[in-house]
Amino acid sequence: MSEIVMDRITKRFADGFEAVKNMDLEVGDGEFMILVGPSGCGKSTALRMIAGLEDITDGQLRIGDEVVNEIAPKDRDIAMVFQNYALYPHMSVRDNMAFPLKLAKAPQEEIDRKVEEAARILDLTQHLDRRPANLSGGQRQRVAMGRAIVRDPKAFLMDEPLSNLDAKLRVQMRTEVSRIQSRLGTTTVYVTHDQTEAMTLGDRVAVMRTGVLQQVGSPAELYENPVNLFVAGFIGSPSMNFLPGELSGDRVKTALGELRLPDQARAGVGGDGGGRPVIVGIRPESFEDASLVGGDTRERGMTFTAKIDLVEQLGAEQYAYFQLEGEGVQSDELRELAEDAGGEDVPSSGEGQVVARLEAASGIKRGAEAELWLDLAKLHLFDPSSGKNLARS
Amino acid sequence: MERGTREYALWSIAMLLVLAFAMIPVLWIISVSLKDPATITEGTNLGNTFIPQDITFDNYTTLFEGGLDNSPFIKPLINSILIALISTAIAIVLAAFAAYAIARLDFPGKALILAGALAIAMFPAISTVGPLFDMWRALGLYDTYPGLIIPYLTFALPLAIYTLVAFFREIPWDLEQAAQVDGATPFQAFRKVIVPLAAPGVFTAAILVFIFAWNDFLFAISLTSSDASRTVPAALAFFTGESQFTEPTGNIAAAAVIVTVPIIVFVLFFQRRIVAGLTAGAVKG
Repeated sequence: MSEIVMDRITKRFADGFEAVKNMDLEVGDGEFMILVGPSGCGKSTALRMIAGLEDITDGQLRIGDEVVNEIAPKDRDIAMVFQNYALYPHMSVRDNMAFPLKLAKAPQEEIDRKVEEAARILDLTQHLDRRPANLSGGQRQRVAMGRAIVRDPKAFLMDEPLSNLDAKLRVQMRTEVSRIQSRLGTTTVYVTHDQTEAMTLGDRVAVMRTGVLQQVGSPAELYENPVNLFVAGFIGSPSMNFLPGELSGDRVKTALGELRLPDQARAGVGGDGGGRPVIVGIRPESFEDASLVGGDTRERGMTFTAKIDLVEQLGAEQYAYFQLEGEGVQSDELRELAEDAGGEDVPSSGEGQVVARLEAASGIKRGAEAELWLDLAKLHLFDPSSGKNLARS
Repeated sequence: MERGTREYALWSIAMLLVLAFAMIPVLWIISVSLKDPATITEGTNLGNTFIPQDITFDNYTTLFEGGLDNSPFIKPLINSILIALISTAIAIVLAAFAAYAIARLDFPGKALILAGALAIAMFPAISTVGPLFDMWRALGLYDTYPGLIIPYLTFALPLAIYTLVAFFREIPWDLEQAAQVDGATPFQAFRKVIVPLAAPGVFTAAILVFIFAWNDFLFAISLTSSDASRTVPAALAFFTGESQFTEPTGNIAAAAVIVTVPIIVFVLFFQRRIVAGLTAGAVKG
């Protein structure tokens, strides 16, 4: 009854910049949809158009069968949680949460009942008479949630609601948000730049880049079947390793050696593709310490030796970094990802460094030559010029 | 430590000098207002000149003698209060809307409006008095409340707009948008969220405008001719002594004290807010 449909929506600003280009997205009733992408990809603009805070230049927006392009935010019956919470500093927590109900001229006893109930759900009961300035970040965030849920709106819109919290609290609130959404069953559109949040929260995830929707799908689908280099590099942490390669029959030549293509990829490439350059994508967990891989599984892959530069011990698992011969992969999409992420999410696109996720039991040491195993069934192949995933086409 | 103490002492002396410079005229006026007019010129040294020998409140009581009709002071005091309050109210309402539009919207001519407001505020008031005098007489505004309120508004509005723009710019956009998403019309968002948050700024602007209107002498003396609209600063000039040979110095001093004290109390009471208001926007971008 209250699905949100974006039908070829475009946002062009006064200076001619197109923040969102021809976006098609359907959010089902009760669905938790995540819009994710690096900063400046247009995800917040898309959300603000749904809220009515930005005009829609072109296309049609429907909320529950009603075209809302020209409808003011207040009449759209949606609730929004802002990145900085946007709590009214001159009102108590109770008044903040009651504000939308008061504007809707709800009877006082209903206001009291709903505010008390929301406060109970969010564990805010003892803070109802305090001012936002006297609350901690996590509490403020919950008040902002409370203000959204008291109204029982058609949809929740959340604009990076957790990005101002510290890491530990963020994980905690992530579970909280997920719990509340499934309890209320309200259609939700959630914007984030954090792919971990996107993967853990959403029923479906929509990945955006420079105003263009790249792929919409369940977290598992995005992870296992990314449509292009950008999605492949953006989803997953540590991110996918990319190596330049050259097709030759049913094999691909890379710095790791000649790799046998998985069936799906071979079908996608078609023909023998002799000499065609490709980009090979390998998830860190597709590697394993060869000594820990049993006989049967071992058949599926190939083994090679590498000199380990660095080992990161995380307890349950460890990351081993090693260097490969030759040039890294050159691609606009990957460069953009690297620029945006800065730090842990940088895909190994530049210098040919590869990260492998190994079991904690592995005894591989830094600086040592180690024998590693690679699962060939999990290879991804991308076209270097278009960035498209060859196995999907 | 040594240097700290010396610095502290120097600063204290400097501040005492400034304080004396500012306070001595005020104290002197108070002193004069408490003396018998006949003894004002008496006294042989600073001590018994400055400190009244026989304190009397006659100067104050005579101001109010004769009630509303005959007292030279009561009607102007009422005029002063009403004209200053009305000017303040109108200026604040208009300035709030104007400042909100300037802070929030991008419209053609915005820079022109701000520059124009600044230019008007800097315009020498004396050069407008002559034309206003002629115009007001032709329009029938001479010696009326609107005749004073209108020129006060021209000079008070730029001041109020500039103060309020600085305040409105500090309020995050998101709050207003949150209110709109919560179901508020733009006007409700303005009234229930923006105005309460800008209250300190509104207050500051109101105090500044009130003081401007309250203190004005130039327009009051030029554009009024009777107690119908004459305000206190102008009325002081028309005080008469008991005979044509006595100066009404004591009464003038008493009246001056009466109109000064409310402002001093006002400013002392709200000084934190005024300072905060004047510096708002200066530190945070």
